[in-house]
Amino acid sequence: MNNYRKYFLKKGIWYILTLVIALSLNFYLPRMIKGNPVDSILSKYKSVGNTDTRKKLYETFTKEFGLDKPLPMQFLIYLKNLTKGDLGTSIMMYPKKVNAVLASALPWTVGLQLPAILCGWLLGNVLGAFAAYKRGVYDKIIFPISLFVTSFPFFIFSIILLYVLGIHFELFPIGGGYDYNLIPALNFEFFKSVIRYHTFPFLSIAIVMIGGQGIGMREMALYELNSDYVKYSKFLGIREWKIIQYVFKNAMLPQITGLGLSLGTMVSGALITELVFNYPGVGTTMFAAIRNLDYPLISGCTLIITLAVLLSNFIIEILYGIIDPRIKSAQLEDS
Amino acid sequence: MRSSLYILLKSPKFMIGVCLLFVFFAFIVIYPMINTNDPLEMVNMRFQPPSSKNILGTDGFGRDVLLEMAHGTRTSLTVGVISGLIATTVGLIIGIFSGYRGGIVDEILSSLTNVFIVIPSFIILILVSVSIQAKSVFIIAIIIGLTSWPWTARAVRAQTVSLRNRDHVNLARISGFNTVKIIVFEILPYIMSYVVMAFIIQLASGILSEASVSMLGLGPSNTISLGIMLNWALLQEAPLFNAWWTLIPPALTVALITFSFYLINLGMDEIFNPKIRS
Repeated sequence: MNNYRKYFLKKGIWYILTLVIALSLNFYLPRMIKGNPVDSILSKYKSVGNTDTRKKLYETFTKEFGLDKPLPMQFLIYLKNLTKGDLGTSIMMYPKKVNAVLASALPWTVGLQLPAILCGWLLGNVLGAFAAYKRGVYDKIIFPISLFVTSFPFFIFSIILLYVLGIHFELFPIGGGYDYNLIPALNFEFFKSVIRYHTFPFLSIAIVMIGGQGIGMREMALYELNSDYVKYSKFLGIREWKIIQYVFKNAMLPQITGLGLSLGTMVSGALITELVFNYPGVGTTMFAAIRNLDYPLISGCTLIITLAVLLSNFIIEILYGIIDPRIKSAQLEDS
Repeated sequence: MRSSLYILLKSPKFMIGVCLLFVFFAFIVIYPMINTNDPLEMVNMRFQPPSSKNILGTDGFGRDVLLEMAHGTRTSLTVGVISGLIATTVGLIIGIFSGYRGGIVDEILSSLTNVFIVIPSFIILILVSVSIQAKSVFIIAIIIGLTSWPWTARAVRAQTVSLRNRDHVNLARISGFNTVKIIVFEILPYIMSYVVMAFIIQLASGILSEASVSMLGLGPSNTISLGIMLNWALLQEAPLFNAWWTLIPPALTVALITFSFYLINLGMDEIFNPKIRS
């Protein structure tokens, strides 16, 4: 038990360090830009011609965004506000808070990505293991298709789905998160509409995931199938089903870390998918924020994505430490 | 070396990849010679369907899509090559240095690598692209290269660690070779095949990253790339005009180019990695 605690502690410290670096990048990079976000808000208030009023407005806004203090001081204030869950004020939708904007976008993104990534991952692994085990015709069909599908970036696949199934065959709606006539509410009709609009973005993420995971799993399973313990077990006459179980378990472990490490790439790709379907999630919000130079909102979006990726990675590593005794002992020998 | 080249030429995956790429190369070299117009010039009404005058129709500005594709593919490939070179070089240097030196240098560099593997590089790419306003193709390529080295660094480090205490390396060390010489003559040749493959993957993902940032509207200014074409098509709501020719050709081109690079990489993997050679 003590060993486990040491492992978790080490991982925990590790992730806190990563978090600090991520937070500082998130804070400092957008502030390297020349010019001042206040100017871009003031450009909206062109009607205010009076220089005195303008000056006053300028001062108020500078104060509100905390721009009158030196950068390191601003960073500390930023951190302090973060602990209170305050991400600042949006410029594009002034005076709406970034929190409020993100709070309405986040459920859409989570609802889209979590099921799609999990489904794609599970199905891909099963298919990959199947192809590796059966070889022959299955392998000849599954492998090239997976390879072709997975070299499509999520958003490219979305564009093609959008046209072939969406515009040409009009199977499912192609833009937005729900029917515009409906008001978001917890009733059956709204739910049905959400599912219908969910289909395309979901499919385009899940299918690409299946391909990528399938290829990884196939490679791992082939490697395990050729290993000595499998041959030895066969000589011993252990039942085939039992051997497959061993192989699957061993090939699965690297796939779990693989999921954690490539999560960042997947989430980013899926964000662009939202754009193609105009899905009301974080990706589309970020797109709008970038067009309007809404820096607080942009860094709010990037922050929330980074946090989500870090958190899921942390969870996966902890799970991994519990599932795979080899990793834990290796980690402990290192230290 | 000659024999592996020979096997490579017989590998169907490798050859299909190379042929596909060659088609695109021929297109971007030859087509601008035939059609010497400025790709940014408006030649027709907006969203005109494909016709004999404009083979792939026109986009929302009334520009010729096929001509834009030729110039856009060239930009995308340029970004891919430059960012791939930078990412591979940085990854190689950090990986070898950290793996060969070991000790505290290794600790620091590996930690740095791990931190940047976990923080999504696409997010850093967005943050940097947001903060630089006027971007040339080269700047975009450099930013992409500088954000995508961690994977290469990690793999190169692992391989260097396993090579560090091999007999031939020890022998070179006892013979009084200096570190640079040992790295260049005793370690690099063993990881070179891996580095070349890593470069190909980096190149492909560089093209994807460019397409992704450009789609968000953060791409290079005053030029055309495949991602920028997609960005325009989405901004001008091409789906509403049923203008598939503004979205599908650039999207497919990105996918086919990355596909051919993956195929080349797989073909090479089968040659250099005897374990999976069938």
